[in-house]
Amino acid sequence: MASMTETVTARDEPGTATSASALADRTTEKPRRTRRARQDSAKRARTLLLSTISIAAGIGVWWLLSSIGFKLPSPADVVVRGWELTVDGTLGADLVASLTRVLVGFALGTIVAIPVGFLMGWYAWARGLIEPWIQFFRTIPPLAIIPLAIVLLGIGEEPKILVIFLAAFFACVISTFQGVVNVDRTLINAARVLGTKDAGIFVRVVVPASVPFILVGMRVGLGAAWATLVAAELIAAQQGLGYRMQQAQLYYDLPTIFVGLIVIGVLGLVMDRLLLLAEKKLTGWQERR
Amino acid sequence: MTPNTPTPGSPRISVRNVTRTFDLKGEGFVALDDVSLDVADNEFITVVGPSGCGKSTLMNILAGLDTPTSGEALVDGRPVTGPGPDRGVIFQQYALFPWLTVRKNVEFGLKTAGLSAKERREKAEHFIEMVGLGEFADALPKMLSGGMKQRCAIARAYAVDPSILLMDEPFGALDALTRVTLQEQLLDTWSREKRTVMFITHDVDEAVFLANRVVVMAARPGRIYDVIDVELPGPRTEDLRLSPEFTELRNRVWSAVYHQTPGRRVDATHRSVAPHPTAVA
Ligand SMILES: Nc1ncnc2c1ncn2[C@@H]1O[C@H](COP(=O)(O)OP(=O)(O)OP(=O)(O)O)[C@@H](O)[C@H]1O
Ligand SMILES: [Mg+2]
Repeated sequence: MASMTETVTARDEPGTATSASALADRTTEKPRRTRRARQDSAKRARTLLLSTISIAAGIGVWWLLSSIGFKLPSPADVVVRGWELTVDGTLGADLVASLTRVLVGFALGTIVAIPVGFLMGWYAWARGLIEPWIQFFRTIPPLAIIPLAIVLLGIGEEPKILVIFLAAFFACVISTFQGVVNVDRTLINAARVLGTKDAGIFVRVVVPASVPFILVGMRVGLGAAWATLVAAELIAAQQGLGYRMQQAQLYYDLPTIFVGLIVIGVLGLVMDRLLLLAEKKLTGWQERR
Repeated sequence: MTPNTPTPGSPRISVRNVTRTFDLKGEGFVALDDVSLDVADNEFITVVGPSGCGKSTLMNILAGLDTPTSGEALVDGRPVTGPGPDRGVIFQQYALFPWLTVRKNVEFGLKTAGLSAKERREKAEHFIEMVGLGEFADALPKMLSGGMKQRCAIARAYAVDPSILLMDEPFGALDALTRVTLQEQLLDTWSREKRTVMFITHDVDEAVFLANRVVVMAARPGRIYDVIDVELPGPRTEDLRLSPEFTELRNRVWSAVYHQTPGRRVDATHRSVAPHPTAVA
């Protein structure tokens, strides 16, 4: 109580300063923060509500369209087909096949892209040697490589993975290169004046400073890999989401096509969110402007 | 000779007729023109001058981050060929590694030097305490204010125990109050752990308050315009700034910086100390 009175007298306006306002004064910090938090969570709840309404409305419209005679399967048909495909194991096998291709292609693409990007960013000679090829091949859509890939590699897994690999590689290599080139000179100088030599600077400054760029490249690369998947699976695949949809197209099986599209969409979203999470964790040190 | 005037003999730093030209659109731009300067052991010199007069260029050459076009920079009699842990540098832009905590930033140079994790931690602890960042040892730079960042940078430079400190406008981006506090802390640290310091600033007050000797530079071409010895009575505290001696020196430095006679230059080596240029003015 004593300290409260002190606050009151210190404020030079004894008439207006009731003990309640003094209390409020002393605790301003806290309520303000919780109010901000409450506002934030209210805003988030509202966004979530709107998104839910929007999705529900979309499904409603879809339902309506399918019931008034448009050539669309109803949402119920799709759910039923999804269930059937899950139960008989088709969907699981397709998922595994597609995911394996994407992940192998993406992993290989990233694993090759990161060192190549570093090499190009760190050594002028490497940049001179490699950059023209990358700039040229980058402009060719990976899908345009398919005919060549089939001729060279046959119709097994290799051509499919190659195409996905290329998509992931180009996205990631450019980004890594940019990351290295953009490393703040003063940070490199700061490391040098602390006695650090080139190898140490590379490992302890250039690599960590490039991580945000690499992660952006990986996200773009994953998106590109996923996007080329279906087309790659048009190459005489025996399994996979793309293959399944193509088969369904032959039999005019719309529900299966819908199941395939929805699964591809949801999986792509999940993988992107995972990388976003990794990005938040690994680049939390960045000052956001 | 006054106690502040360095004794000629073996300067820690000597800059001998250094010229640095940059290629600007095909033309040679003279950033430093025939600059000569000596800094004695444990001397604290400040360098002031208008923007673009080559202060940073001079410091980069001494740090080993840049090389003179002609002339040479010597530290302990040996030509500077690159950066080294004998010279600590504090940059105007803090240059903290943003992905490392305060502690890891301070440990950075110690790790380079090959100290064990335990030694690193102990040393870092000492210097983090010294600059008063104890509570923030595990904070990332983005959580620090400008003054705290600069204190962290000072701790990082001190940690590798350089005998020479090169500071490029370290307090330039700070508010007046933080700046004054850090100036006093710096002098306090300097008086306890003596170093040879070259401190660049564009603040005349700061230059006089900190220095044993103020080196005034001029631009176009970059050169040393004047050298003013700072002999002040008593310890350097806030009160000193109000003393007539301080004001007198401040005014002298001020007019050397802001009312420059074209073409004037001096040699700031110990050889030339005898007929002191400012004694004439
Ligand atoms: N890498 C460079 N290329 C071309 N010109 C340069 C380069 N570095 C510095 N200069 C020029 O040299 C001159 C001196 O630059 P310097 O950075 O040393 O000035 P300064 O005295 O530190 O100025 P300030 O007080 O603004 O920091 C400037 O005119 C600048 O344009
Ligand atoms: Mg400068």
